[in-house]
Amino acid sequence: MISLTNAAFGYGSTPIIRDVTQELPAGSFHFLTGPSGAGKTTFLKMCYLALRPQQGTIEIFGQDVTQMTRDQVSNMRRKIGVVHQDCQFLDHLSVQENIALPLKVSGRDIDENMDNLGDLLNWVGMSHRIDAMPDQLSGGERQRLALARAVIMSPDMIVADEPTGNVDWEMAERLLTLLIELNKMGKTILLATHDLSLIRAAKGRVSAKVLRLKNGDLQLAGAGL
Amino acid sequence: MVRTLKFLFGSRASDKIVPPRGNSAWLTFSAAAAMAFIAVFALALALAVDRVADRWSLELAQTATVRIVAPMDEIDMQTEAALKALRTTPGIASAEVLNDEAQAALLAPWLGEDLPIDTLPLPKLIEVVVLGDGPDVENLKLRLAAEAPGARFDDHSKWRQPLRSAANQLRLMALVSLMLVAGTTAIIVTLAANASLAASASIIKTLRLIGATDGYIARAFVRRITFRTLAGAIVGAALAMLVMFPYPTLQGSGEILANLTFVGLHWVLPVSIPVLAAITAFVATQVAATRHLRRAA
Repeated sequence: MISLTNAAFGYGSTPIIRDVTQELPAGSFHFLTGPSGAGKTTFLKMCYLALRPQQGTIEIFGQDVTQMTRDQVSNMRRKIGVVHQDCQFLDHLSVQENIALPLKVSGRDIDENMDNLGDLLNWVGMSHRIDAMPDQLSGGERQRLALARAVIMSPDMIVADEPTGNVDWEMAERLLTLLIELNKMGKTILLATHDLSLIRAAKGRVSAKVLRLKNGDLQLAGAGL
Repeated sequence: MVRTLKFLFGSRASDKIVPPRGNSAWLTFSAAAAMAFIAVFALALALAVDRVADRWSLELAQTATVRIVAPMDEIDMQTEAALKALRTTPGIASAEVLNDEAQAALLAPWLGEDLPIDTLPLPKLIEVVVLGDGPDVENLKLRLAAEAPGARFDDHSKWRQPLRSAANQLRLMALVSLMLVAGTTAIIVTLAANASLAASASIIKTLRLIGATDGYIARAFVRRITFRTLAGAIVGAALAMLVMFPYPTLQGSGEILANLTFVGLHWVLPVSIPVLAAITAFVATQVAATRHLRRAA
């Protein structure tokens, strides 16, 4: 699914990711932890093609992304769902329109996907909020909206960057449950968090591995959950 | 055709991704309206100049003047001889002596209304109306010199040339005005597009995150801004046409201001202004969006 070989990235003369070689197989669940500023977001950005490694290579779905054109990168991103801590939405569009946005961008017929859209809204518990505008949503609702938008295209991989950072514990657990359900459907999950209690909450519910990023190095922490 | 239009403008669905309101939206609309309003007037000026220049040229080309300057006791005889020569020359429709009243009227602006014309040693004037390409001027001059030595033939060519030059300059000015309006529209639309793209940085970021290509994003902005410009230009052009519609035209007048309107089929031409404005906006926004997205990558 994702294969990093000697991948490195830095800002100016400061290296953030150093010589990382790591495989994230299809259908796997990985937590990515590390202190603030360790480079978790940079690592994730390389995984969803917002950044290209300055050294080494990254292969996603068997394709070397370092040589891709911008349009190829855009097409590849449609196979990767991304959820951020501070999710950005199109504030002039409703919840339903925001969720359907990836369909629109990829040229799919929204009317043909209305059933999927309805199921998805039910799944994230947002079916009563379809006409709401993004600025009317709570933090938890925004995260669920972001997750729904991330999976509407049925991507093979979900990359989540601190998705529970702005929500209470109950909502964090609910989001984790949704991600575990997606993993059980065969999706590859890469979830960055500094919240160790979230990792503990996943114990026994999913076969996950924990990656730890420190001083630019990526290490496998423990034997997994 | 439909596929080409879709490629150029994107789908209607992509239109919604650009916020419908904002400062740049109002700026684009009102600037397009103002520019279209001015463009319609520049177009009317160009057409008015064209009509007046044609009229001036035609009127001067169809007439000539023969002036008889001779001693008082010979002037009538030479006038008769000149008239006879003129009336028998091919290419001349008519030749009539200007009577005292007509001559007094011509001199009135300089010498006043109560001019005692019979006491002044004025030359006789013969008004000549020419046919088609007119007479052979050189032959006519030779004939007049032989039969009426005091006759001076003037075909108005020395007046026609500066008028033609002035008309050409006015035409050029009107054309330059139209080009300046188009250029200014392009600059304003480019500024508005850049402002709109800069204000939509988070939208662009979000769209890229979900897999939108730069082409898709650019088309969405191009479509929105092009249609805003088209709408503004339609309003501006329509207002200008409404203002000009009741404008009193003095058909046959040589005054440019009296002709500053559209005549007949020329009323169709202002309709092309919004279309040209939309094409200008399309190109300007496409360039601005492509550059902006490349920089923001």
